[in-house]
Amino acid sequence: MQALISPRAKSIILPTITFIAILAIWEGVSRGFSIPAFVLPAPSRILMGFEAITFSRWMEHVWATLRVALIGYFVSIAVAIPIAIGLTRSKTLADCLYPILVVVQSTPIVAVAPIIIVVLGSQDAPRIVITFLITFFPLVVSTTTGLMATPPELIELSRSLRAPASREFTQIRIPFAIPYIFSALKISITLAVIGAVVAEFVAADKGVGYFIQFSTSLFKLPEAWAGLGVLVLMSLTLFQLVELTQRVFFPWSLPKDAT
Amino acid sequence: MTEAPAAIRFKGLGQIFKTATGPLEALRGVDFSVARNEFVAVLGPSGCGKSTLLRCIAGLLKPTSGSLEVFGLPVTDPRDDIGIVFQKPTLLPWANVEDNVVFPIKHKSGRVRPDDRDEARKLLKMVGLDGFEKRMPAELSGGMQQRVGIARALLLNPDILLMDEPFSALDALTREEMGFELLRIWQQHPKTVLFITHSISEAVLLADRVLVMSERPGGIIRDLKVPLPRPRSIETTSSKVMHDFSGQLRTLLLKRAS
Repeated sequence: MQALISPRAKSIILPTITFIAILAIWEGVSRGFSIPAFVLPAPSRILMGFEAITFSRWMEHVWATLRVALIGYFVSIAVAIPIAIGLTRSKTLADCLYPILVVVQSTPIVAVAPIIIVVLGSQDAPRIVITFLITFFPLVVSTTTGLMATPPELIELSRSLRAPASREFTQIRIPFAIPYIFSALKISITLAVIGAVVAEFVAADKGVGYFIQFSTSLFKLPEAWAGLGVLVLMSLTLFQLVELTQRVFFPWSLPKDAT
Repeated sequence: MTEAPAAIRFKGLGQIFKTATGPLEALRGVDFSVARNEFVAVLGPSGCGKSTLLRCIAGLLKPTSGSLEVFGLPVTDPRDDIGIVFQKPTLLPWANVEDNVVFPIKHKSGRVRPDDRDEARKLLKMVGLDGFEKRMPAELSGGMQQRVGIARALLLNPDILLMDEPFSALDALTREEMGFELLRIWQQHPKTVLFITHSISEAVLLADRVLVMSERPGGIIRDLKVPLPRPRSIETTSSKVMHDFSGQLRTLLLKRAS
């Protein structure tokens, strides 16, 4: 009986059953004890929350959040990786920049968000900046660590061949940093969604974060929960996309047991 | 006719590293030379500066004092005619076996010609990896990975092969097998080999001469010719001459240590 189910199938079936069980208990408790919807709406009520607005309105909100999250994320990658390369190549640059990076990281970005909105206006720009600030530190740190983790023998090989320093990066250091970069990319993609939502909380007229805040202000909690569900789904999908990218383009960089 | 210059000649070479805890003298007064196509093993306790010696020849380190010549010319920069095999194979995990072997050319010149690939395949055949060209390093055993490392070091057809404890990460049986493989390759393609090891039997089996190094600061304390005929085989390992000579080296090393 046991042998009929492969471990892989088991790893899908078991969490699914658990998830359904939690939903069922939730539904039962919610109805049985007549818990008010603003405290904890039953899953069936949340499902109805999805119908509060049309599908195309949902898509507008999703797109607003997704756009900010993705633009902020890619700007972050475009800035973080060159900075990491700079930090690895030049000790002076590392000495100059590192303290500033730590200060930026120590600043609660959520607290800076209202200031950024005032400075940059209420368009996408401030929201992208907030997303960028939240996602970029893990990328810089992880990429730098990866670039430094190259086996010293290969750097010696490179030097013994008198190869140009740029090739040391493109052919040795950067590929060796790929596993590190991807683990940061996975952390940062979920941070990007957080960044976009935080920015919407401060000032926005669209987006899933805006929708949640708007719904709660009207005491429409099932709708707010529905919005939360959409955000979770969005984060999970983006995370899986990053993982898929790694699996397809850099299969060698995955941990041995995951391939 | 003038005599051909030695492949490698150390003249009173010293190497002092600056460290956080003050200067560290790694090598002191190193004097020896290696003739062309000679196989020389450097034997010594760990931390005695064996690897530093090798990095000086490779042009990766500038000696603090004394001098060092390769084929009669002082070493100022890394040279093209030197190949290095490291303790760990350190292959590129994203590249297949053939790409790993052609890597030095790709890295040096930025492009790989079909001729280079033919050469790589020839070398892979020679190191016994025919048919493994498209495999990934992670699919190979430690011994096979080090064979790839040797093929990579031979790609630019170097005159000098520097080997830094190349088999020390392998299990005992594979290690012995790789030793014989190396001898076979060396007989087919004679090269000057400087082989660093801390295994007495490996040094004796492989080398024409064994240089014994002292503890730090490292220097050559003994330069012994190995009294074994070539070609060497499994029978060599159990011969009385090998046994006696190994014993002599062991006494030398242990006496220094105590």
